[in-house]
Amino acid sequence: MNERIVFEQARVIDPILGADEVRDVVVADGQIAGPEASDGAQRIDARGLVLAPGLVDLHTHLREPGEEHKETIVTGTRAAAAGGFTAVAAMANTVPVTDHAAIVHEVRDLAAAAGSCDVFPVGAITKGLAGESLAEMGEMVDAGVRVFSDDGRCVPSARLLRSALVYAKAFPVEVVLADHAEDAALVEGGQMHEGLQSYSLGLAGRPAEAEEIAVARDLALARATGGRLHLCHLSGARSVELVRRAKAEGVRVTAEVTPHHLAFTDADLATYDTSKKMNPPLRTAEDRDALRSGLADGTIDVVATDHAPHAVEEKDMEFDLAPPGTIGLETALAAVLTYLVHPGVLSLARAIEALSTAPAVILHATGHGGPIEVGQPANLVVFDPSEEWLVEPPFVSKARNSAFTGQRLQGRVRFTVLRGSLTVADGKPTR
Amino acid sequence: MNEHLLSMHDLTAEDVVRILDTAESFREVGSRVIKKVPALRGRTVVNFFMENSTRTRISFELAAKRLSADVINFSAGGSSVSKGESLKDTALTLQAMGADAIVIRHSSSGSPLQLTRWVDGHVLNAGDGTHEHPTQALLDLYTMREKLGRLEGLRAAIVGDVMHSRVARSLTFGLVKMGAEVTLVGPPTLIPPDAPAWGAQVSYDIDGLLPKLDVCYVLRVQKERQRLEFFPSVREYARLFGLTSARAATLPEQALIMHPGPMNRGVEIDSDVADKPESVIEEQVTNGIAIRMALLYLLVGGSGDGESA
Repeated sequence: MNERIVFEQARVIDPILGADEVRDVVVADGQIAGPEASDGAQRIDARGLVLAPGLVDLHTHLREPGEEHKETIVTGTRAAAAGGFTAVAAMANTVPVTDHAAIVHEVRDLAAAAGSCDVFPVGAITKGLAGESLAEMGEMVDAGVRVFSDDGRCVPSARLLRSALVYAKAFPVEVVLADHAEDAALVEGGQMHEGLQSYSLGLAGRPAEAEEIAVARDLALARATGGRLHLCHLSGARSVELVRRAKAEGVRVTAEVTPHHLAFTDADLATYDTSKKMNPPLRTAEDRDALRSGLADGTIDVVATDHAPHAVEEKDMEFDLAPPGTIGLETALAAVLTYLVHPGVLSLARAIEALSTAPAVILHATGHGGPIEVGQPANLVVFDPSEEWLVEPPFVSKARNSAFTGQRLQGRVRFTVLRGSLTVADGKPTR
Repeated sequence: MNEHLLSMHDLTAEDVVRILDTAESFREVGSRVIKKVPALRGRTVVNFFMENSTRTRISFELAAKRLSADVINFSAGGSSVSKGESLKDTALTLQAMGADAIVIRHSSSGSPLQLTRWVDGHVLNAGDGTHEHPTQALLDLYTMREKLGRLEGLRAAIVGDVMHSRVARSLTFGLVKMGAEVTLVGPPTLIPPDAPAWGAQVSYDIDGLLPKLDVCYVLRVQKERQRLEFFPSVREYARLFGLTSARAATLPEQALIMHPGPMNRGVEIDSDVADKPESVIEEQVTNGIAIRMALLYLLVGGSGDGESA
């Protein structure tokens, strides 16, 4: 497994070192090595390609254990590698729920055996995601969990979330409470963003103020407790503004946005395409633009996929009966390049920071996110920033529910390196 | 015309006139002793009703039979659907049976559009969730044109739960397309705030509006909306927005009173009002058959070697 590789004349982007330079990068014995290690190494012509720290996804649903008909750890981590990821955070809404250490170990062990991508299990905030009582966080912290979330559901009671934020201070490492912020009563039965489009399509709405209210509540709790809050997949302009103000006041909060919320709007639902049904929903062009500028100015720290695989027959349903979510691991980088970097909204360095360095810090994913320095673990992505491709099934993921199906995206992963081994070579997963 | 009828947006103003004119010629068939023409002989029309319906299903069935089509009625209870078969698999089954037209009624908005991805036959939307009900809108337009002689410039109010009404959506789109002035009236919780983008006006003052109307179109109140806190009680709804006898008396003399049925007498419309001569609710039903004959004829009959009427 200890491959020796030289990526020759790659454009190296490293947000930690602030580097953007064309040079050779040598990988040996699982680490970034100096030029002396390049003897006898496999030489890869990387002219015109970008070499960056491997991508890190803070928000992946791997579905195993329990819903292996949607995705497995083997297929999900292979999809992650194909998308340039070397680490993903696996959400806790498995069956059984990841609310105790045994599941944490199981998920991590299955991922290690698969070998495509490091997996950091996210622990549930509440037992069984029921929103009633706190899960045993301490046991999970000992098992390596650093992010807790009831994702898919908003922590329903302010009292419970406050308690979690305070309780988490007991741990010797920083633990992050990540909330899916949508007021449950306001979104009950809702299928899409509430507005002209939902009224015209006859679909029940999930109003933007449902997110605004939950974000405001969560920020108030983080401010009052000094706890460490992370907000999942922001979707509305007002939420971005609330986070911007809270950060200015010193509230300990980070936030993420998905590629699909950066790319699409509620107008894209006119054909009742269930692969564009997601929670929180796609909103208006104004919201999308606020998300873009929030990501550019650092109000939003992270791009996370919310990779949510479903079986074909589950998505091939009436719109109101289909489950929410889109897969995203294989298209995240290309979507960010196509919609943000190439049009000049985001610098390439900021894109890499949001897709790799920032989530690696939040996740405590040591060895991921850079720096690309001699002696560091070789977790890397090498991509062609301008190659155009048509998104269409089949995917490396077991699922097909991609909101990007039919889109021509620009930017394609050529190589992914996990601790010195190629998990993707010439665009194809090796595991 | 489009291959399918999913939404009033599928039709141009010229299409609407053509459909109404064709219905005019078919209405005479309904007054014959032998109420049948051979226009769709040998064609198969499937009435695929996944939601309870009496008048629309019977209306489509009669329309297809009067055109001599073979008609299959397929509803949720007692079919493969009740055994858990998906919409897609049911659609593929209907496709394999060679349906020339599928008339679909479904509780999910957008399901007729989804159906077109899986079948080759013509799809007619007979009401989908809270989205649209275009054949109802067309028969209403037919009735208005017949009674008032025109559609352009008509002042129409649609009263009630516009938010959840597929009839209100289709009728608004249809009336606006034909140059009528539409005002949506009801509790503010049940009127989409963005309705002006549809070309309609919004009002919460039914009493100020009634004396200026050519058409007062009353929607059915779904009593379950009260549970969801859209209004405090049926009693209060009737008091604030019901078409009472006193209110109906303020309508201009020739104004029409319409309702898509089934009515909640005493709630959105007083019994006396429903039975007034200005009320054309029964004629709406009769005209529905002619409109559906026209649509089946224009969509299915026009697309092959069907004989003309």
